[in-house]
Amino acid sequence: MDLENQKRVKDLTEEYGAENVVVLLGASEGEASGLAAETVTNGDPTYAGPLAGVSLGLVVYHVCEEEVKAEFDPDVYEEQVSMMEMVLDVDEIAGEMQAIREQYTQY
Amino acid sequence: MSILDGKKVIVIGDRDGIPGPAISLCAESAGAEVIFSATECFV
Amino acid sequence: MKNSVMMGAGYILVHTPDLVVHYGTTQTSERIVNPGSEYLKQIKTSLRTYDRVRSYYPNQTYIGNITPFDLAKIDGPWQNLTCPVDDRYGPFGEIMPQDEFYLLIQAVDEFELVFLEKGFVETTKTKLAGDPIISSYILSRIRDGIESERVNNMVESGEAEGLYMDDRLVGAVKKAHAFDPNLSAHVMVENLVSKASSTLALLYAVRNAGIDRREVEYTIDCSEEACGDMNQRGGGNFAKATAEIAELSRSTGCDIRGFCAAPSHAVIVAAGLVKAGIFKTVAVTAGGSTAKLGMNGKDHVKKGLPILEDVLGGFAVIISANDGINPEINTDSIGWHAVGTGSAPQNVISSLATDPLDKLGLKVTDIDYYSPEMQNPDITKPAGAGDVPAANLKMIGALAVKRGDIDRRELPAFVAKHGLPGFAPTQGHIPSGVPVMGHAREGMLRGEINRVMIIGKGSLFLGRMTNLFDGVSFIMEPNSGAEEAPAVSSEEIRRIIARSLRDFASGLLKAGENDE
Repeated sequence: MDLENQKRVKDLTEEYGAENVVVLLGASEGEASGLAAETVTNGDPTYAGPLAGVSLGLVVYHVCEEEVKAEFDPDVYEEQVSMMEMVLDVDEIAGEMQAIREQYTQY
Repeated sequence: MSILDGKKVIVIGDRDGIPGPAISLCAESAGAEVIFSATECFV
Repeated sequence: MKNSVMMGAGYILVHTPDLVVHYGTTQTSERIVNPGSEYLKQIKTSLRTYDRVRSYYPNQTYIGNITPFDLAKIDGPWQNLTCPVDDRYGPFGEIMPQDEFYLLIQAVDEFELVFLEKGFVETTKTKLAGDPIISSYILSRIRDGIESERVNNMVESGEAEGLYMDDRLVGAVKKAHAFDPNLSAHVMVENLVSKASSTLALLYAVRNAGIDRREVEYTIDCSEEACGDMNQRGGGNFAKATAEIAELSRSTGCDIRGFCAAPSHAVIVAAGLVKAGIFKTVAVTAGGSTAKLGMNGKDHVKKGLPILEDVLGGFAVIISANDGINPEINTDSIGWHAVGTGSAPQNVISSLATDPLDKLGLKVTDIDYYSPEMQNPDITKPAGAGDVPAANLKMIGALAVKRGDIDRRELPAFVAKHGLPGFAPTQGHIPSGVPVMGHAREGMLRGEINRVMIIGKGSLFLGRMTNLFDGVSFIMEPNSGAEEAPAVSSEEIRRIIARSLRDFASGLLKAGENDE
């Protein structure tokens, strides 16, 4: 994850409290989703950014996952995201995300 | 229990996936407050 | 008004392993953040040799020895394969080795900032002189080298950045001002590299277009660098600076910026200038980016791959008045992402791909090939960015499904039929749509291709001035060949109307006489 974005995630989590923060991702494939999710839960796996060694344990979902999709206004989702379900491997992304959540999410 | 309603949401979009602003609109439609939205670019 | 045509293109790569190590931002950042990291230790052994870079399928496709249509038949990843063609030169350009490129950097330096070691110049100058595209003017600009001790002192004192050959210091680029950060040695390296690689591409484009250098009246640079001093950081003008070295003596020009979308913007502007009759021949050119070298190197090394982002890219195209032969840039229908388009992928793709088709009454399947961003998937897949051209084609196909142009089951076949494999290095603006223009032109001249859509997309938000995304597209078509009807003057129109009125009046008179 971009180093500046890592810094913002870290600062905002400190400001609002980790239990109140949810991260939503839009990555284009499974591995990248998993890496971003790992960064905001267990810490930056590349040890490059401000989240290296920082385990925030945040709740994190990919925008195409069923759990969060069920909460969006269906019209908004349809207009903004739905076409990408034909493009992305949603199952693979969901699998990666779930594995990271089970392992590292604390809330 | 709701995942998003009443929560502070951080959006990390992807230019070749779903961009940040599109995700923000979805999050807001679920009653969340977007506190930061960015789009990443790998290329 | 007849459309402008694409006369020819130049595509060049430069193998720069030492620039990867010293100037790629992934590496420079790592040295600051994790100076003792495993990655930094592994870099040297992860770099490819010049021979390996030449026998790499995507690189041979970029310079035109292999077509993307043939590359599509060879299953990737390609990094383990050896391309049967490993020539330095191809129909579009060449793959230049690093040592010769250092001399080219000095040749484009107007301010005595580049100093090369004596022995290095002596051995390398003969090599560069063997490159048929390098003019005697460029060779004459290379200065005799200096003692290696002086080069060392410049770098050690901090007034210059080093140029290395396999870690051996062979040259130095001095800062151009005592403390102006925009003229620092690092910035001067970036800008001179961009200018040198752009010059090389431009020389090939002019040669391949078969025009005289004096025919080019306007040059547009569409790279991602900015030149200027602390009072005007992006003042410019790379275009004119490059045209000067390429001896385009009748050309003026300017820089167009728009992140990766800039080349498509620039071609559209060029096509418009020519079609409007403002300039008869316009060159669009861009050099490569040192910052992006090894950008995804950490992921590559972690997965046991060589560092694949080891080449600079350059491209140039010549746009000129319709000659009745060369493929046209159809400016009757341009696609663009507007401020109000939004960022939803379906809106983005509609604005770039289907809106311009609707305007022409065409279906999504009426375009033979779409050329969105042609990043090489060997590079992007291990970095978690997937296959970018394939993803873009899927988006176009998905939109076609939503519109009912194709059935959902036909989506994979659509992607395979209308897409091309990515073969360009991840040099930002370089892969963005334009790498296919050269191959498309040849295919159209052979009568094998009917329509190609070039799509440029840009991540404007990286500049932190807007959250907006950007993109523009245009369609290339074979020359319509049809002669335009001679223009009718207003005087002529008045005469025609007068004659018709007279005929009408006399007709009425005759009719009246008959009635009586």
